[in-house]
Amino acid sequence: MSGTFVGMPSFPKAAHEAVHNQTLRGNLRHATHTIRAKRAKAVAEVSDWAELREAGKQIKDHTLRHLDRYLVQLEESVTAAGGIVHWAADADEANRIVADLVKTTGESEVVKVKSMATQEIGLNEALEAEGIHAYETDLAELIVQLGKDRPSHILVPAIHRNRGEIREIFAREMSEWGRPAPEGLTDTPAELAEAARLHLREKFLRAKVGISGANFMVAETGTMVVVESEGNGRMCLTLPETLISVVGIEKIVPTWQDLEVFLQTLPRSSTAERMNPYTSMWTGTTDGDGPSTFHLVLIDNGRTDTLADEVGRQALRCIRCSACLNVCPVYERAGGHAYGSVYPGPIGAILSPQLRGTASEIDASLPYASSLCGACYEVCPVAIDIPEVLVHLRERVVEGGAVTRDGNEVVLKPAKGHAAERAAMRAARWAFKHPGALRTGQRLASRSRRFHPRSLPGPGAAWSATRDLPTMPSEPFRDWWQRTNGGKDTGK
Amino acid sequence: MSTRDVVLGRVRRAIADVPRGNTPYEQAVDRGYLREHGDRSVEETVDLLAENLADYRAIVHRCEAGELAALIAGLLAGRGSTSVAVPPGLDEAWLAETDVTRVPDRGDSTPHELDRVDSVITACAVAIAETGTIVLDGGPDQGRRRITLVPDHHICVVRVPDQVVSSVPQALPRLDPARPLTWISGPSATSDIELDRVEGVHGPRTLEVVLVNDRTVGGN
Repeated sequence: MSGTFVGMPSFPKAAHEAVHNQTLRGNLRHATHTIRAKRAKAVAEVSDWAELREAGKQIKDHTLRHLDRYLVQLEESVTAAGGIVHWAADADEANRIVADLVKTTGESEVVKVKSMATQEIGLNEALEAEGIHAYETDLAELIVQLGKDRPSHILVPAIHRNRGEIREIFAREMSEWGRPAPEGLTDTPAELAEAARLHLREKFLRAKVGISGANFMVAETGTMVVVESEGNGRMCLTLPETLISVVGIEKIVPTWQDLEVFLQTLPRSSTAERMNPYTSMWTGTTDGDGPSTFHLVLIDNGRTDTLADEVGRQALRCIRCSACLNVCPVYERAGGHAYGSVYPGPIGAILSPQLRGTASEIDASLPYASSLCGACYEVCPVAIDIPEVLVHLRERVVEGGAVTRDGNEVVLKPAKGHAAERAAMRAARWAFKHPGALRTGQRLASRSRRFHPRSLPGPGAAWSATRDLPTMPSEPFRDWWQRTNGGKDTGK
Repeated sequence: MSTRDVVLGRVRRAIADVPRGNTPYEQAVDRGYLREHGDRSVEETVDLLAENLADYRAIVHRCEAGELAALIAGLLAGRGSTSVAVPPGLDEAWLAETDVTRVPDRGDSTPHELDRVDSVITACAVAIAETGTIVLDGGPDQGRRRITLVPDHHICVVRVPDQVVSSVPQALPRLDPARPLTWISGPSATSDIELDRVEGVHGPRTLEVVLVNDRTVGGN
């Protein structure tokens, strides 16, 4: 995945710093609580939500089960409609394909629709290295790009910034990139949006190359779908002569009819709207309307490895609505940056370690970035059982085992940092099999409780650095049970 | 081996554990969800469209067929528009009462030229009541996608009740995926700043939807 986050500390370290940032926590709390309440209302409007959710799950599962067939069908449909299909096994290959396509046009700048896939592969940085400037045109992405910042939310990448910070960034940075911010810019959202409109319009009107992702690709018809609100998507998809769409191979739905499910569940889950202001659909090229050249770059970049995992593959159902972020108590406090990936929150905690593998410290820590409260599963419009995958990935980190990396089966060693945890689990297993030893141990622990340290020494230090040690009761439960005749003698 | 073959090979190995079955797709998915939400009369469906369009800050007008030209002339004048982009197949009668300069939708006009046009007027392909959405399909009375994007003021005429459906599932079969489609629900908007909704970023900041009663002109 992207080099953007290389060198990130593991989740516990990053989260520890984030929770002490009062501004960040305030911004996040306000934003997530606002959208949470609105979403619940939007979902309550449709009485068949449960059926839509189940249908969405089944459509995606069926597609993944026959992904080879649908990919080939999509390729045929897109080609028949005048598009050109490219395949990329990883981020480097995708970036190379896109850079070459842009160079062939002779252009040195491109306008971009917000896209998770291009962030994932680090496309902007790769293009910059080839002398091609990529301008983000989604307002939030613009804020992130101008602020030399990183996105922290799937849907609202600048969710961690408040209006005062945004005004500051616009006033300071816009002139470096093009049209400066108006004199005397205030921090009202309307004025900030107007400044973005003026700044970006000059770029839209002269752009010759547009780059996008896609929310859905219809195998049967070759249709691409992009949902958005601002109209920047429509600008990038229709004004340039060349359009390059970079899309993950899991974004397929089999039929035109399938869109009726996702066009109902996606807007309500993501922005809590009945429908997002703009949805663009295009099939190849249309004479005289929109780009005359259309390239579709299909990217794997870890998706087939994820598909190979029987439990984890359900993460590929994700339609990137971000509902799971907005309900997550961990995300709300730690913020998106702590996840060290373009996919933050609960979905990021299961998607990133699968797409990238769990070799790095941050990726090995992500399955633990959760309290397993299950709220994410409840809101997921395609019913991804995120807690189930989290637990599965924790087991993989601790125990190791067979996984697929770059299409090859490899055997992971148990993660190093978890030796103490494994030892503790072995000890626990032994103790539970030996009731006498357990009883003695518990009594000992209770009676010595005044002397317990607040953090553990030695190999336990890593564990207790991110957790408070549980306090020990003054008497083991078994002793209390016996002393009080099964609780009858206490009157409780 | 091409990357295409590499990726397809990886996909096939990844799903080797999955029983492939030959259930036709029509039976593979349980579509127990509703075709529309609620039981409404035709009039109520049109009312719901008007309500949901207005809820997302579109300005909604209703009129009889005979009043349309005067209404459109009034909307353009009220906005102070001096030029209006016009798709090639737009009903001439709609513009009969305005003398605003017409800018025909030409393939060779540049985006900069279009940026100097004040308003655009189009018909639509279908409108969806439950979501407050109008869908354009590039038909002769709607024109190229960009003409409804670059000007800041869009007037869209919906023939009611014939062009109105209740729901998204009812809209899709009426649309041709081979055409470029633009679904519009209210004017351009953003919620990127503290999740406060602001109308008007890059697309038209004002969307006026005219629901014209088409039964009066021998509709079907």
